[in-house]
Amino acid sequence: MLKQLVPALRATVVLALLTGLLFPLAVTALAQFMFPFQANGSLLRNEAGQVCGSKLIGQLFSKPEYFHPRPSAAGAGYAGEASSGTNLGPTSKKLILGLPDDASTKDVDESYSGIKQLAETYRQENQLKADEKPPVDAVTRSGSGLDPDISYANALLQSRRVAQARNLPVEAVIKLVDEQRENRQFGILGEQRVNVLMLNLSLDSKK
Amino acid sequence: MDDKLSLVPVHQRKKSPLFQVAILGRAAKDSVIKLNPAVMAKNPVMMVVAVASVITSILFVKDLFVGLPFKLLLFEGQITVWLWFTVLFANFAEAIAEGRGKAQADALRRNRKETMAERESGKGKYETVPATALKKGDIVLVKAGEYIPSDGDVIEGVATVDESAITGESAPVIRESGGDRSAVTGGTKVLSDWLRIQITVQPGETFMDRMIALVEGAQRQKTPNEIALNILLAGLTIIFLLAVATLLPFSVYSVRAAGSGQPSDLFSLLSLLVCLIPTTIGALLSAIGIAGMDRVLQHNILAMSGKAIEAAGDVDTLLLDKTGTITLGNRQAVEFVAAPGITKEELANAAQLSSLADETPEGRSIVALAKQYGLRERALSTVEAEFIAFSAQTRMSGVDVNGTRIRKGATDSIYKFVREQGMSIPPEIEREVTRIAQAGGTPLLTADNQRGLLGVIYLKDVVKGGMKERFQQLRAMGIRTIMITGDNPLTAAAIASEAGVDDFLAEATPETKMQLIRKEQSGGRLVAMTGDGTNDAPALAAADVGLAMNTGTQAAKEAGNMVDLDSNPTKLIEVVQIGKQLLMTRGALTTFSIANDVAKYFAIIPAMFGALYAAQGSTHGPLWALNIMGLHSPHSAILAAVIFNALIIIALIPLALRGVSYRPMSAEAMLKQNLLIYGIGGLVIPFPGIWLIDQVIVALHLAPVG
Amino acid sequence: MTLMGCEQIALFSIILLLLTKPIGAYIAAVMEQEKTILDPVIAPLERVTYKALGVKSGEEMHWTEYSFALLAFSLVSALFTYAVLRLQGVLPLNPMGFSTGLAPAYATNMTADLAFNTAMSFTTNTNWQNYSGEATLSYLSQMLGLAFHNWVSASVGMAACMALIRGFARHSTQTVGNFWRDLVRCTLYILMPICLVYSLLLVWQGAIQNFAPYVIASTVEGAKQTLPQGPVASQEAIKMLGINGGGFFNANSAHPYENPTPLSNLLQMLSIFILPAGLTYTFGKLVKDTRQGWALLAAMYAFFLAGALICYHCEALGNPNISGQSVEVSTKALGDLGGNMEGKEVRFGLANSALFATITTDASCGAVNAMHDSFTPLGGLIPLLNIQLGEIVFGGVGSGLYGMLVFAVLTVFIAGLMVGRTPEYVGKKIEQKDVKMAMLFILAGSLSILVFTALGSVLDLPAKDWLNPPGATYNNVNNAGPHGFSEILYAYSSATGNNGSAFAGLTGNTPFFNTTLGLAMLIGRFLMMIPVLALAGSLAEKKYVPPTSGTFPTHGWLFTALLISVILIVGALTFFPSLTLGPIVEHCLMHAQRLF
Repeated sequence: MLKQLVPALRATVVLALLTGLLFPLAVTALAQFMFPFQANGSLLRNEAGQVCGSKLIGQLFSKPEYFHPRPSAAGAGYAGEASSGTNLGPTSKKLILGLPDDASTKDVDESYSGIKQLAETYRQENQLKADEKPPVDAVTRSGSGLDPDISYANALLQSRRVAQARNLPVEAVIKLVDEQRENRQFGILGEQRVNVLMLNLSLDSKK
Repeated sequence: MDDKLSLVPVHQRKKSPLFQVAILGRAAKDSVIKLNPAVMAKNPVMMVVAVASVITSILFVKDLFVGLPFKLLLFEGQITVWLWFTVLFANFAEAIAEGRGKAQADALRRNRKETMAERESGKGKYETVPATALKKGDIVLVKAGEYIPSDGDVIEGVATVDESAITGESAPVIRESGGDRSAVTGGTKVLSDWLRIQITVQPGETFMDRMIALVEGAQRQKTPNEIALNILLAGLTIIFLLAVATLLPFSVYSVRAAGSGQPSDLFSLLSLLVCLIPTTIGALLSAIGIAGMDRVLQHNILAMSGKAIEAAGDVDTLLLDKTGTITLGNRQAVEFVAAPGITKEELANAAQLSSLADETPEGRSIVALAKQYGLRERALSTVEAEFIAFSAQTRMSGVDVNGTRIRKGATDSIYKFVREQGMSIPPEIEREVTRIAQAGGTPLLTADNQRGLLGVIYLKDVVKGGMKERFQQLRAMGIRTIMITGDNPLTAAAIASEAGVDDFLAEATPETKMQLIRKEQSGGRLVAMTGDGTNDAPALAAADVGLAMNTGTQAAKEAGNMVDLDSNPTKLIEVVQIGKQLLMTRGALTTFSIANDVAKYFAIIPAMFGALYAAQGSTHGPLWALNIMGLHSPHSAILAAVIFNALIIIALIPLALRGVSYRPMSAEAMLKQNLLIYGIGGLVIPFPGIWLIDQVIVALHLAPVG
Repeated sequence: MTLMGCEQIALFSIILLLLTKPIGAYIAAVMEQEKTILDPVIAPLERVTYKALGVKSGEEMHWTEYSFALLAFSLVSALFTYAVLRLQGVLPLNPMGFSTGLAPAYATNMTADLAFNTAMSFTTNTNWQNYSGEATLSYLSQMLGLAFHNWVSASVGMAACMALIRGFARHSTQTVGNFWRDLVRCTLYILMPICLVYSLLLVWQGAIQNFAPYVIASTVEGAKQTLPQGPVASQEAIKMLGINGGGFFNANSAHPYENPTPLSNLLQMLSIFILPAGLTYTFGKLVKDTRQGWALLAAMYAFFLAGALICYHCEALGNPNISGQSVEVSTKALGDLGGNMEGKEVRFGLANSALFATITTDASCGAVNAMHDSFTPLGGLIPLLNIQLGEIVFGGVGSGLYGMLVFAVLTVFIAGLMVGRTPEYVGKKIEQKDVKMAMLFILAGSLSILVFTALGSVLDLPAKDWLNPPGATYNNVNNAGPHGFSEILYAYSSATGNNGSAFAGLTGNTPFFNTTLGLAMLIGRFLMMIPVLALAGSLAEKKYVPPTSGTFPTHGWLFTALLISVILIVGALTFFPSLTLGPIVEHCLMHAQRLF
């Protein structure tokens, strides 16, 4: 055992430097050279040149004139430094029915929107007709809490509200949604979806 | 084993019924004696059951005093009783397996005579001492009517000996000094003449002593495969012990989470444990091993260890002596080929005349063949002739009739005889001689001093009936057969192809035999062989399975790990089959035992957790849905599983003792068949079994209905 | 389930199958020191490495020496990582100032117990994470402390597996290879070239790779959003290829910076299975009967496809508690964005989430692209059961195949007796010692999972106890009812199985869980690896027994079917009772719409 201890020490140092330092440095150099946009986070800038977000990371939208992303469990919602899902199980009362605010603690808001509340809010905000139901992605929180996408069905249902808020014809908004719709990669991989940030930016640029 | 396939004539095999009342009675008694913890500890699986039984017994007695409701006491009492039964049934199985051997040992002991011996105390002087006082190296004199006092080698004399005490064969055998028939066994009886015998064993180590010990199973050691299987079973037992033991805290968590119900009670947990650990195979494992030894014994073969039988199952290469095993052991005349100018009848006549006094099987077969040429049978007395016996010098035998010297013998000697008469050898005959030799036969030439060469008698080695098929089966089982013969390669090749063996070793000597064994073994193959001579001893010892003939020398018998009391070398094939059957039985019951667990889960888990998370006002929670057998109540379900688990042991005792049915076939076919029966069967059978027991329990009001 | 979803599963399966043989042949060539096309580039580097290590690569080792080397290296490298984690505040490459007090409010110091847990976790190839990467770790800790282990723990697993394969392939010898050579060659020839290309592919798809500090964005609606940065892609590649699973970010492969597109997702899934799939071919090639390898692969595929389809089916059926709130969940209307979308990403949908969950737990990866804790009960049972069966379906780098081989040995032993011979597997007789080692292997896993879960589900401690501040250990669960039990069971199964995925609601960062989970990982790694090496030694010593028609054939469908049954029965019998009290009863309760 002792005989192997020296090579063990040396191997730790040598391989740590090789794999833990040299390799990432080499990849960084290549990546920065070949794909600088992606390597630096697919960052988007506004007219002022400020970073207004990442194409890949969802952000919070609550105003009616914007399409809304899915609910998020990352921090207070789309907190980039706190990616997370709810980790609530399928028989969780909190997940389905939510939690009320505890009246005894005035400073803290313990209330939590369950799927029940989220569905009701969605129904009201978008003035769903009796035969329309909120699509499930609109009332469930993603795994990362930073999901940039919503389903096409979700986007369509929000179009009426956005059009109304922006005084645009619904068809124009739907046309934009269709333009922003991402299809399956190579026609087979993944799901058809709409990137909320890109859609909202395209809405703003249309003004 | 299938009777058709055994080469041992049915009437020679001793079949004793599987169960005899006396054995059963004794086994029942023994199964209680075996509860001794020191004995139980050797079997980890059953030890766990025994400990579980003790715990439930204590709890039950405690609960009796506490005064639990009758319904609960009834349940606890029954569980306790059936757990004890499980242990007893396992002991019973082992006791039955041992029973036959013990009965046989008793019989042997009864037959063993306390004899006195005439020990040589000086040149020509003898003293009378008890047989038990004889030491290795002593010399004794045994006369007609006396019992041979101990094992030894004949150093002087020839005598007929009755060896029925050992072999069960009543016909006496000849024992003589020198050669391969010199070994005598203590306890056998000299019928005629006398023998001077050198004792070759120490007191208490005689063949008879060892035989008693072996059949009794007194020093039975676990075989390698049995140990490996035991490790597997012990491992599974520990895993299930963990699975069941941790179920208690898991149920505590669940009860807290559900806000209702009760954590699992010990009776249910211990029942689950006993049902899950592989009790079926655990209970029957040692019985299977003992029964395997016993089956070998029923074939009149004494295996020195269980390991040897197990190794027999693994044998890849069988070395079979040609003579006696593959061929009938004596050659037969099948054809007369006359020399030019000689008619067949003339040749037949001369052959018959020269063979009249020849009492060897060959000689008789020549007389028989001659009859087919229309020759009358002639009695010896009617012929005015002088018979010349075979001698090692001339290598000829024959007859002198009215000055005509008729001779028959091996090719070279007759050629010499003919040339001595100044006559030549016709080339046709030389061709015939070669043809016969190439065909695996032995040419026997006949000549006389007047006409010279008369012709050739074709003596043929006759391969035993059914051998070809037999070897084909062995091949299908993956076993190669190699024929060992002293014949020249030409002859050997011909017989080998006729018999259908895979390979042959011609002009075999003990050294070449040994080389062959080493070569096979270095290729990773296991070798089995038979032998009887002293010079076979090293090979017998080197072979993985060495079957020594009882008629053989003491050295051979000690070198082999089995002795065939009937001295029938063909039985090597039976030994291989018994070995395979032994391993198969273990595998089949292990598979069956493990597959059984699935059904027991579906009986006990819903019974234990069926009430968890029950809706208000309902006694059954969602997990009661796992009760797919529709058992009546938690109590009846658990009881039914435990009872099934105990009864299946009893039900499988005959199978364990008899072994699973075995027919030679390829491994794949065999596996498919056994999997279907014991794998799928093991999965399915418990479902109706447990269901039925549940019905009976409820019908007898031994557990509540709901 | 949708046709499109099934097609994606089929596509994945076919690509993997096509890659198996070339990868397997390459692994065989590398590990048995034959010529490879990369020799001109890598051989000089290899020689320098041996020199730096001070080892003679030509020396063969007895299994005990091989084990000593393996243990010594694991011990030293674990201590190294522990030190890096504890000292990250004073070490460079810490742009956010973690552990220095300069970090944002959410940053936590790496405590001793958390550092122990994390060091064990990465040394054992588990990558259980009781911390949140973006809020806790400096770039140096990520690279030098953790990614380093992602490389070498994979190579260690590969080495142990090669020792076992050599045990089967060699005969009448005392040695099973050279640990240092196996370690170095696997790292340099197999992991490094693939990772280099793979990292760049990930960057192309959108994974980040930089050393910049976190970016503060002003969102369209005018709020602030922190966008964490770092050398992600280079770590992501080895995290998947080495079947480690420890994400750079808390959300792991669900995080868009780790796994940005469906294509990157496909690559990630393939990279989990590719080495273990190839190893089955390597095994067949080295024992000179490739059918033996295909038979094992067939068993793996059977488990994998059954698991993926069941999981997918359950997730697609969804949760009646959700549809009960008049929410549209039908996959007819929404395709693969219906069913149970809680904890899942839109770009992956149901099929790719279920597929990923199955793959990551079939293998000992533990990366997740959806939150297993929020799966339906039976959908979540599949990952749990996959782990409990020992992660032998493809499994970890090396550890998957050696686990499968242990089960093959057991199968041959149990069923092989039924052909009437002492059981043999690829020409080696299976005897006492082999069975003992196989049982030790299985026993160690069951023991750790069951006993620790038992402890974790009932241990009563006072509130604010230092060992576990929430008090009783069952207070650490995030869900009431049976789901809480599943969280604890999953945690210890995952740790013992060296998987690292979680029913992540469990609060694991307490001294009690950090320590017990760390121990479970050690047991699951080394108490299972040492018996395997002992088995390798025992097998190498044996003679080769040529197969005959009397030998139990281990290359056909019959053997594959048997192997599957033995794995199922041994696994199911051991864990079925615990699963009954977790996912199975929860499934029934979910359909009864009982909430907790």
